[in-house]
Amino acid sequence: MKLKQTASQTVGPYFAYGLTPQQYGYDFRSIFSNRIDGDGERIALSGRVFDGNGEAVNDAMIEIWQADARGQYQGNGFARFGTGTDSQCRFHFDTIRPGSIDNEQAPHICVLVFMRGLLLHNYTRIYFSDEAAANERDPVLNSVPAERRGTLIAERSDTPDGPAYRFDIHMQGERETVFFDV
Amino acid sequence: MAYNRRDREQHPAQIHPDYKSSLLRGPTREPLAIAPLTSELTGPLFNQDMLGEFDSDLTKNGRKNGEPLGERMVVHGRVLDENRNPLPHTLIEIWQANAAGRYIHKLDQHDAPIDPNFLGAGRAVTDADGRYRFYTIKPGAYPWGNHHNAWRPNHIHFSLFGPSIATRLVTQMYFPGDPLLELDPIYQGVPTAARERLVARFDIEATEANFALGYRFDIVLRGAAATPMDQKKGDAKKERVNHEA
Ligand SMILES: [Fe+2]
Repeated sequence: MKLKQTASQTVGPYFAYGLTPQQYGYDFRSIFSNRIDGDGERIALSGRVFDGNGEAVNDAMIEIWQADARGQYQGNGFARFGTGTDSQCRFHFDTIRPGSIDNEQAPHICVLVFMRGLLLHNYTRIYFSDEAAANERDPVLNSVPAERRGTLIAERSDTPDGPAYRFDIHMQGERETVFFDV
Repeated sequence: MAYNRRDREQHPAQIHPDYKSSLLRGPTREPLAIAPLTSELTGPLFNQDMLGEFDSDLTKNGRKNGEPLGERMVVHGRVLDENRNPLPHTLIEIWQANAAGRYIHKLDQHDAPIDPNFLGAGRAVTDADGRYRFYTIKPGAYPWGNHHNAWRPNHIHFSLFGPSIATRLVTQMYFPGDPLLELDPIYQGVPTAARERLVARFDIEATEANFALGYRFDIVLRGAAATPMDQKKGDAKKERVNHEA
């Protein structure tokens, strides 16, 4: 007989010294940072998480998982950041631009969202505003109702340090981000 | 290769009104089911070398000038998937309050003492049989602001990966016989039938004489869904039965 899945519980407000200790200044080594290394074009990714009142959440933990520049998953495309150390509750990632995957899916980054108040973490995906042609063919984006697709697109801006993308996550409301059952 | 989806009968809802902070933070729309694709079916890889010497011993990894106070425990168990396969080389991260119910976290304002020799965070990587083991101190209960006189039961936070990001799980381990469980909206947010499996079992076998009490907490992550091949076999069998009938 099959075993039953262990229930999810919230990450709570006090995850930082266990999960993101160095970012928050605790005396414990982090095994994940907000940086992903590898060959390819470096990009910056940042954004905020908003609750149903439109207030930025200061105790969310965001994880990202992505392919390398050739669209391959090598086991090291993972990073994590908490929103509690930035004065505007932003998360920041310093990573490489992922390639398109299986020549079918547009370049994207998987996102896991955890916070106090969420009994289950949520999955979403970041696509890139400057990949319009690839986005148009992407099977996952195409499965999303057209009027909600925009919630999955990070907006590009160009900085002296290179391209920067902004991706805000809305837990509720008109612009509620599309979350996936993966 | 795909994983069984999250089993709704085992997990809490996104919004559980008794847990006040879920009201403005839980998504209001159903998550959109997507076909299993490479991205979510892969995940970071782990090995024992990633760990520091005392990462799995919370009685040692926060010491400054002595031993932490409180009841020493061994917390151990296995990480399995739904199909009973052990999950080796998976990362488990834990964090908890100290024996007085105080987190080292800078935002914890509870007026209980900090233990200078206890951090309350640890990590382990499961062995080839999916086993893990931590030494720690039994965490205390602590008050929180959800409602008047709200107290969290004793608990340890657990974070696990499994073989892919789809199998990722963050949960909490509770203790047998805790009268606060009945009153805790976070624990009560779990469907009745699934609650008990969040409660560790006292384990005399794992208890170390003159040293520490043993608790066992097994964790089950999403397993591989039946392959199209298995399904075909099933269909073939059905056909045969029909034919015989
Ligand atoms: Fe807690």
